[in-house]
Amino acid sequence: MSLTQHLSTSISFSSSSFLSSSGFTFRNRDVSLPSENFGICRCVATPQEEKTTYKTKVSRNANMAKLQAGYLFPEIARKRNAHLQKYPDSKVISLGIGDTTEPIPEVITSAMAKRSQALSTLEGYSGYGAEQGEKPLRAAIASTFYGDLGIEEDDIFVSDGAKCDISRLQVLFGSEVTIAVQDPSYPAYVDSSVIIGQTGFYEKDAEKYGKIEYMRCNPENGFFPDLPKVSRADIILFCSPNNPTGSAATREQLTRLVQFAKEKGSIIVYDSAYAMYITDDKPRSIFEIPGAKEVALETASFSKYAGFTGVRLGWTVIPKELLFSDGFPVAKDFNRIVCTCFNGASNVVQAGGLACLSPEGRSAMQKVVGFYKENADIIMDTFNSLGFNVYGGRNAPYVWVHFPGLSSWDVFSEILEKTHVVTTPGSGFGPGGEGFIRVSAFGHRDNVLEACRRFKQLYK
Amino acid sequence: MIPQARLEIQKERVVCHTRVQRNVNLEKLQNGYLFPEISMHELQHIRKYPDAKLINLGIGDTTEPIPDIVAVSMAEYAHALSTVEGYRGYGAEQGNKALRKAIAETLYKDVQVKDSEVFVSDGSQCDITRLQLLLGSNVTMAVQDPSFPAYIDTSVIIGQAGDFEEKSGKFGNIEYMNCGPQNNFFPDLAKTRRTDIIFFCSPNNPTGQAATRQQLEELVKFAKENGSIIIFDSAYAVYVTDDSPRSIFEIPGAKEVAIEVSSFSKFAGFTGVRLGWTVVPEELCFSNGFPVINDFNRIVCTCFNGASNISQAGGLACLSSEGFMAVCSVVNYYKENAKILLETLASLGLKVYGGENAPYVWVHFPGSKSWDVFDYILEKTHIITVPGSGFGPGGEEFLRMSTFGHRETILEASKRLKNLFS
Repeated sequence: MSLTQHLSTSISFSSSSFLSSSGFTFRNRDVSLPSENFGICRCVATPQEEKTTYKTKVSRNANMAKLQAGYLFPEIARKRNAHLQKYPDSKVISLGIGDTTEPIPEVITSAMAKRSQALSTLEGYSGYGAEQGEKPLRAAIASTFYGDLGIEEDDIFVSDGAKCDISRLQVLFGSEVTIAVQDPSYPAYVDSSVIIGQTGFYEKDAEKYGKIEYMRCNPENGFFPDLPKVSRADIILFCSPNNPTGSAATREQLTRLVQFAKEKGSIIVYDSAYAMYITDDKPRSIFEIPGAKEVALETASFSKYAGFTGVRLGWTVIPKELLFSDGFPVAKDFNRIVCTCFNGASNVVQAGGLACLSPEGRSAMQKVVGFYKENADIIMDTFNSLGFNVYGGRNAPYVWVHFPGLSSWDVFSEILEKTHVVTTPGSGFGPGGEGFIRVSAFGHRDNVLEACRRFKQLYK
Repeated sequence: MIPQARLEIQKERVVCHTRVQRNVNLEKLQNGYLFPEISMHELQHIRKYPDAKLINLGIGDTTEPIPDIVAVSMAEYAHALSTVEGYRGYGAEQGNKALRKAIAETLYKDVQVKDSEVFVSDGSQCDITRLQLLLGSNVTMAVQDPSFPAYIDTSVIIGQAGDFEEKSGKFGNIEYMNCGPQNNFFPDLAKTRRTDIIFFCSPNNPTGQAATRQQLEELVKFAKENGSIIIFDSAYAVYVTDDSPRSIFEIPGAKEVAIEVSSFSKFAGFTGVRLGWTVVPEELCFSNGFPVINDFNRIVCTCFNGASNISQAGGLACLSSEGFMAVCSVVNYYKENAKILLETLASLGLKVYGGENAPYVWVHFPGSKSWDVFDYILEKTHIITVPGSGFGPGGEEFLRMSTFGHRETILEASKRLKNLFS
């Protein structure tokens, strides 16, 4: 195509049209999919108009076929959109997917704007960055979050977010390892495990995949696994503060977890994405536990601290002491993955990350986190006042509400139908989530208050 | 038996090993990834000659500033994130609707790619890995030889490649399609074994060769006959000067056999900003009829969370009429660099290829080992290049020079090469 052809067909986009609602997705997740059949596994394409549909001879990846449905949050978005179509005038409030809603503090966005502008200058232009991340940012992450824990700048790998890091870690570990997850847990752990080929088939009755060790976390065990009953797995995925239960593990519990991993020779993949939400003195990093460096790596994110859910920035820490059974350092293999399967987080975004970790940036992040925590308080109070057993909320932006004996999808549907509030059904996080609803605490204050008003109406 | 983590006494220090086996696929990789290896040579050279004015024609890294209109759009978008009206959280994992539409309508106008078939990403290297995740370890693949190292390396990592054979310098399960001057840098398909997946890059990195329409028709026919899927890397499409196809979808029937991966990196100087896309046609099906796009969408929703919204704002500005003109003029700058290097090397009597449809020149040093030539040139002229063998055994005897760089740098490089080889 010649340049003139391009010019005659190109569309004029001013920045205002880019920002307008029609051009961009809202807080609401606009999942544009080719057809309505998405997420439902249809194995055979239907022939149309006597035309034979050509098929390649490439076998579909059997691991993909094991997945039961679409990823959880696009499914929630689908239900939300269907509801909006049914009730176009309803004011739907989203307390479903944990999507941040408050503007990013200016100190952070101006750093990103500045870096963007600099890219159009000779002195300021930069091309490929180090795949592990820009040095100043790595250093700032190490000193801010791991200052006195003996974690160094080169133990930090900057990424475009925890979800991507989880998959890169799965690529690193390969299909021959076994995993243990909390039950319930963030769906990306199990789903990425299925995709890479670590699991067996889905067992409908148990609602579990074969070969995964599910560590039940419920009110009875204080949302901490009963470790003596847990079978050994190579990799233990542990999230604290927890998504979805909102529970934060105590120092004592994490000490036992590290001990358990040491005894079994396992590796803990510790997800600390919500560490800044901790109110009390629970550990914010697994590396606060002595001995953790030999058994754990940690993944974290700017998403819920700085509202970077769309901006995309996170990191993974792999201590030098963490070794495979043959003595090979895990960090070395992860570095190879990062150099081959990734090309670094966006430089503009990393500039934002650095600003986040300046004194002004940190204080600004604390304020936003504090705002969401107030939301969580309001939601917790509401459900408590209605007589529900409520968990989480204190150390995390999620409130975990118990509806004993009920199907969580039914409760989800009823809440959506009757109050136009989107939540997340607990069973989406695993069989251990059945009977629970996750209410996320992100949202404008008035929306959260309005949602709570509606909950009170429904459940009074 | 009580399971215990293995303890080993090393240098009077007790070192604890976990009992997690290292992924055997990673063990199969022969060295570090090619470009960090080149960087290491660079560092060593700088230490040896701290005053040398090093010229980097190695890794294909863009050097010229991003056009104002694009940078401003990203800056404005970033500022808007501080406002209530302008704040955005999670975007669709497949990418911003307007950007997907702009890619489809601006870059695939005549070949009817739908916006729903476009998946925006943070770049080709990441997309290639996600495609490997999608396809899994049980498929076989073919690559051009030489080729961009990520194809083979990701294939090894995911478990498709078999073992490395020292003698041939090849992985046992991969089909290497030799591309050299003797076959006009297009594989002899009659001699190519069937594989499930065929990686094909045009314009080519590292050879700089763009396949003709006829060659691509042959390739699509080959894929159709074999029931294979072509993964077509069109990252350098905008560098095409002649009428070579810029997209595999210009070839009739390609939508049933091909996926296309592309990038804003070399197009808009976004090597650090991170933005690219993959096109998966709705017509493309696995052997059981299941649409590939459904599975790719699942991968994108599960293993990824979308490209940065700021980068996407920049991408959209690149595709506006003004933005497109501006980024194309930067591309033309690099193409002029290529012309200068091509002319220099040709005038020295060296066998040079590429450079006309790509930002790479591919120089033949018959009888020489490419790392030796790399070292020789680095030592004598302080110019970093890339040894052809880094791209596969078919690259031996060749050297790749990238044509990114400030004009003065390119001119200086030409001067030094003239001094060395005349």
